[in-house]
Amino acid sequence: MQTLAEFFRWLADARSINVSIAYDPIDQARFLTGLKTTIWLSLACIAFSIVIGLVGAWLQGVRSALVRGAVAAFVQFFRNTPPLVQLAFFYFAVSSLLPTTTDSFGQAVPLINNVGWAIISISLFCGAFNVEIFRSGIEAVPKATAEAAESLGYSRLKAYLYIILPLAFRICLPSLGNNLVNLVKTTTLAYAIGVPELLYAMAQIWSEVLNVREMMVVMLITYILLIGALVWVMRRWERTLRIPGYST
Amino acid sequence: MRMGKTDLPVLLPQRALPQPTEWGAGFSTRWMTSRQAIVLMLVTGLLLAGSAFAQQGGQPRANLASLLVKWTPLVFSGFLFNLLVSIASMMIGTIAGIILGLGQISLLAPVRGTSWLATQFFRNAPWLVLLFFVMFLLPFQITIWGITIPLPAWLKAILGLSLPVMANVSEIVRGGIKSIPAGQWESAESLAFSRRQILWQIILPQAVKRMIPPWMNLYAILTMSTTLISIVGIQDGMTLVKGALVAEGRVDLYLPLYGALLLMFFCYWYPIARWTQSLERRFAVNA
Repeated sequence: MQTLAEFFRWLADARSINVSIAYDPIDQARFLTGLKTTIWLSLACIAFSIVIGLVGAWLQGVRSALVRGAVAAFVQFFRNTPPLVQLAFFYFAVSSLLPTTTDSFGQAVPLINNVGWAIISISLFCGAFNVEIFRSGIEAVPKATAEAAESLGYSRLKAYLYIILPLAFRICLPSLGNNLVNLVKTTTLAYAIGVPELLYAMAQIWSEVLNVREMMVVMLITYILLIGALVWVMRRWERTLRIPGYST
Repeated sequence: MRMGKTDLPVLLPQRALPQPTEWGAGFSTRWMTSRQAIVLMLVTGLLLAGSAFAQQGGQPRANLASLLVKWTPLVFSGFLFNLLVSIASMMIGTIAGIILGLGQISLLAPVRGTSWLATQFFRNAPWLVLLFFVMFLLPFQITIWGITIPLPAWLKAILGLSLPVMANVSEIVRGGIKSIPAGQWESAESLAFSRRQILWQIILPQAVKRMIPPWMNLYAILTMSTTLISIVGIQDGMTLVKGALVAEGRVDLYLPLYGALLLMFFCYWYPIARWTQSLERRFAVNA
């Protein structure tokens, strides 16, 4: 570790390639905090967006036309407007309507902070896509299966949870994986409302140390590794959930 | 996709997914009826207007509705700039992407390898990061043979947005060409067509139809991403909304004005999205 730091210090001095996160403890801490925030943000959004997708897909099958219309409106609205404007809409506009609480110093703080809004906004955005993805999976499950479940006395919810969803989930895993990759990329938007994620941390470092070029390359590589890891996990998952004899 | 024999006949074969690009592609969508869409737009508009009217009263402040009327044209001009950027990036990205995509099916291994690497690299990096990359690392002017060409920020932003577009178009082109059955190639070869003739006269005319829906989806993503340029300091719809809000200093204006911008994007994109969907249905590949 020490020799690696020495090497990068030499690289900065002799070759003026300044990868400051490799030897400067302060920058290193910033980088790691940013990385941790990005990973945490991504995981939270993945979890929430999948829940939104599952609930939305179930609601799209209920009898009430009003509920179905509401879900369709939600999906169309979030799919057809820019995520950045949605984020600003939530963080600046909706947040200003909510009551504030007082912190330990007696200062007014908003009910939900910027990290909270980033999670809500990105989850809703990607959740809207997940609703459509899960719905396409549910449609691929034959009607006869649902009817068989019904004739065995399953309620609609039980049939959805135990019979349709397990089949539909496997079918839509590839498109879900695509969407989750996009979710991780979308977390960079949280930079706009000051969430200290990776892009924010990097911008802090390069504006102080003035090593934009090196930090850009480090950041791109980091994101590609992160997304590579996600893709690998999704592939593993797909293979684990595979129904023998069904798919290739 | 191999549709082998299934041990579980209960499952329908999975629909062949179109070229998996970014959001929106690869899965079919159910659309609201146009009546529902109109209702949605009306309700949103009414909510905006309602929130504007509800809060007037009491103080001698200008009422929200008049403020909204005052600022909406400015925000709209910013929104038009967003559209302009999206069209320019799409044009540059498409041209570069077609070249890169054809490179991906080249017979020369180095060309193929490089094109594949560039495609994967630009496809997997976040759009905002690529935008930062281009904004910071391109000089503000370049000098070629003594001629100085200035690179204003908006031009760099267009280039920055067209990089991910290029990579995605490249994948669309490759996917479209791959979706044409090999028999087409073989029969053309047996009729003594050259490779270039096969590509231009037989494969591409069939493939272009299949490439259009994912290409339109990509344009949707691009249009939604053009607001990113406000983060790197270019005056677009988003910046103008922020500016207007700062100028008025009214907290209750936030919701209607951001809402108006959202509505503009929605009204622009929703009809095109429906049209794309009908194209998708018409050109659907029945695998």
